[in-house]
Amino acid sequence: MSGVNTAGWRPSMNSTEGVATGPVTASGDRALMLEEPLIFELDGEGKWGVDIDACERPMASALAKFARKAAPALPGLTEPEVVRHYTRLSRQNYGIDLGPFPLGSCTMKHNPRLNEKMARLPGFADVHPLQPQKTVEGALEVIEQLADWLITLTGMASVAMSPKAGAHGELCGLLCIRAALDARGETRDIVLVPESAHGTNPATAAFAGFKVQTIPATPEGRVDVAALKEKLGPDVAGVMITNPNTCGLFEPELKDIADAVHAAGGYVYCDGANFNAIVGRVRPGDLGVDAMHINLHKTFSTPHGGGGPGAGPVVLSEALAPFAPLPFVTRGADGSIHLVEEENRGEGHDRAFGRMVAFHGQMGMFTRALAYILSHGADGLRQVAEDAVLNANYVLRSLDDVLEAPFGASGPCMHEALFSDAGLPEGLSTLDIAKGLIDEGFHPMTVYFPLVVKGAMLIEPTETESKQGLDRFIASMRRLAERAKAGDESLHAAPFYAPRRRLDETRAARKPVLVWKGDQTEG
Amino acid sequence: MRYLPLTPADRASMLETIGAGSVDELFRDVPEAARQSGPIAGLPMHASEMAVERHLSKLAAKNLNAGSAPFFLGAGAYRHHVPASVDHLIQRGEFLTAYTPYQPEIAQGTLQVLFEFQTQVARLFGTDIANASMYDGSTACWEAILMAARITRKGKAVLSGGLHPHYGEVVRTMAKFTKDDIASLVPELTAEADDAAVIAAIDEATSSVVVQYPDIMGRIPDLAAIAEAAHAKKALLIVVVTEPVALGLLEAPGHLGADIVVGEGQSLGVGLQFGGPYLGLFGCSEKFVRQMPGRLCGETVDAEGKRGFVLTLSTREQHIRREKATSNICTNSGLCALAFSIHMSLLGGEGLARLAARNHDRMQAVVHRLTQIEGVTLLSDAYFNEATLVLPREAREVVRDLADRGVLGGVSLGRLFPEHGALHNGLLVAATETVSDEDIEEFATALAAVLEGERA
Repeated sequence: MSGVNTAGWRPSMNSTEGVATGPVTASGDRALMLEEPLIFELDGEGKWGVDIDACERPMASALAKFARKAAPALPGLTEPEVVRHYTRLSRQNYGIDLGPFPLGSCTMKHNPRLNEKMARLPGFADVHPLQPQKTVEGALEVIEQLADWLITLTGMASVAMSPKAGAHGELCGLLCIRAALDARGETRDIVLVPESAHGTNPATAAFAGFKVQTIPATPEGRVDVAALKEKLGPDVAGVMITNPNTCGLFEPELKDIADAVHAAGGYVYCDGANFNAIVGRVRPGDLGVDAMHINLHKTFSTPHGGGGPGAGPVVLSEALAPFAPLPFVTRGADGSIHLVEEENRGEGHDRAFGRMVAFHGQMGMFTRALAYILSHGADGLRQVAEDAVLNANYVLRSLDDVLEAPFGASGPCMHEALFSDAGLPEGLSTLDIAKGLIDEGFHPMTVYFPLVVKGAMLIEPTETESKQGLDRFIASMRRLAERAKAGDESLHAAPFYAPRRRLDETRAARKPVLVWKGDQTEG
Repeated sequence: MRYLPLTPADRASMLETIGAGSVDELFRDVPEAARQSGPIAGLPMHASEMAVERHLSKLAAKNLNAGSAPFFLGAGAYRHHVPASVDHLIQRGEFLTAYTPYQPEIAQGTLQVLFEFQTQVARLFGTDIANASMYDGSTACWEAILMAARITRKGKAVLSGGLHPHYGEVVRTMAKFTKDDIASLVPELTAEADDAAVIAAIDEATSSVVVQYPDIMGRIPDLAAIAEAAHAKKALLIVVVTEPVALGLLEAPGHLGADIVVGEGQSLGVGLQFGGPYLGLFGCSEKFVRQMPGRLCGETVDAEGKRGFVLTLSTREQHIRREKATSNICTNSGLCALAFSIHMSLLGGEGLARLAARNHDRMQAVVHRLTQIEGVTLLSDAYFNEATLVLPREAREVVRDLADRGVLGGVSLGRLFPEHGALHNGLLVAATETVSDEDIEEFATALAAVLEGERA
């Protein structure tokens, strides 16, 4: 025997059962389980954490009539208090740094710290978006180099870099389609969206002024191509298709769909949220796609930061490229880089449909994504897709005997494995498995999405999970599935070990309390 | 590859479990014609940390960063000193590598931060409530216009000529597609903000009036008067704040009758970053809550009765309502909201007031010194930390010449408003607490030399 603990890193994990509960503490904390009040409830009178130089002259008299009567009622705290407040709060959060985060469709992979370091170089972080161009050549080169990589990886003609996130990229793509139709003198106002699509797809189409028509899914979890073709016609501006789709499956007929859409005068928007699965192996440009956003915070691992920021550059086909919004960075034949804005749009980009953001887009994300891409290179990115797909299939085949895999029979999945609660006894559901997983020390998978599967559990392990990590996750999932199948009602009460038990969401929505009012006396 | 934990042995054993002979088999649904084989053509192979760092450091070194030159740019992005603890705390992995808090039991850190952030923004703006952030000020501005149209069931927005022209462009771009009616007032180089023109443009069809405070030229509009005129026609007043530090000194828009206040939060905690990621702020009156875009965090209790926080009212949002959602926004600016919130916690209300006073103080020093130069005049004497100087000639060239002398001397109105020739002698100059007396002197010396036509 080697002396290695083959039972796992915490062999007596469940031994707290039967052990006497400890005392109630005066503080309410329990060792490293720390509670933290709101910052407004800390004693923030007469203190500050920033020293500010004194003023040398009185306020200009012209300003007096605009002056604020009272400073905002917000506490100030010293640095030690502030550092402690946020550090204690951070410990009530689960992040990728703590363990697997298999949130399907969200691509929670490791965030390399080199990328953080690079984005913080003063030459990138401390540069103003409106500095004269000759003082920001390096920043523009980052945008141009990343754009070049994205074009090559997708086989597309061009890329609009400024959209701020995936949904914003969708909007950019649809507005390019609108602009192209306008240029053709056509008004088509219908966009076809499969029912398995992300909620952002129909929301974006509506936001861009289109009417949405839904395309059903086949029993195999793919777009119903016949139903889609039936809907094509002179009023259809385009389709929005996610590939790989939200069931974790590749849409093998995308090229065929694209040809039909083009023949009917429409355009193909591809939701690139799942590009992670095919980067380096498939170029959307070869499948007839006209526009696709790339979530840099998914495929290229810029951190999700508790909900953002992201970045959603949109690659474009020849047909849509002329309409990409301003500002726009191009490289001239002589290798020089040009920034096209409103003042010089005549110089090669005069058909831009307008502007989507105040400045250049998510520069901080561009730097991180470029560092990620350079690190992985032409060989590593391909490996990223392969390992992501391998890990997902490993999870699929390691659990499909204990959990219902609705499309498991139709072959391998791509980067995410889809299960449902169909096989669980009455009264136990996906939510219970998810909350049980929290007690097991994992972040739950995506639940109840895609909508085409009842009680969906969408597991995306990503390529940055080790086999050992996956085996641990699989063991926990198997245990939970077995408990559920045995009718273990205690799952309804999970989680037991998280900083909070299940939260009352109905109460939160019924009478919303969105800001703290603890210092305001009842009127 | 340093980021990929699977070994060749792992891969082989996993393929065996799966029952596939090779990874290629897993990609069998991809049509043959669309498969790429081997490393991606035309791109370099993987690189070490050192190599990547070398490459990017070279690119970074090609830029003149704000901290290494006398720096006076604003126009919607401001350089403030960000305390060291802010960046340290946002890099805690539990914040940095967390997702949207859809599983609240293990996301109380993010959720409590968002609740605190919403409270801070609401108190700064003087609004009842605020959301958990938007992409940036410009997109928040458009969302506010849409929201006002939903509330008033009218579709015309009046944009002040003092609105940041890029914000105006975003609005006009979007409105072109949604068919909303946008009345954009012409910006003019006058001492007063265009309150009178804004008020005159409001009619019965107007759903919202959009006014920037302070405006793009640094002037301060009379919000109370505009609010009164808007409300008389059942229109909403949307106030845009691109410099939140100003609200340490200026009355909160919500206290002056604004119905929706949006803004750019980059000034606190976030930094310049060549324009992004930034932080869209969005506050409004509580009665409009169900028409708000974006995520909202609310207080509740858990099964044991302990206070906790959740994302709430999500029936407004795209993942529930799909095409009937109030907005398509999903990912927002969570980590920037955290940075803003930490910076605000370090300042407190009183600290923000002192910071604002110091900004105004520095700007007064700049105005005092630069207007000593022959031919340079101040547009309006009511300014906060940014003002328009009128030069004896077009400012665009002057800005470039100043850069040749190593001075980042503001933003020309010509770059911001290329189509409005009457503004082109305007130079927008900002000064924050980061500006030193030496910076001001260097700026003045360089500007005098450039205006006299000396070569660098």
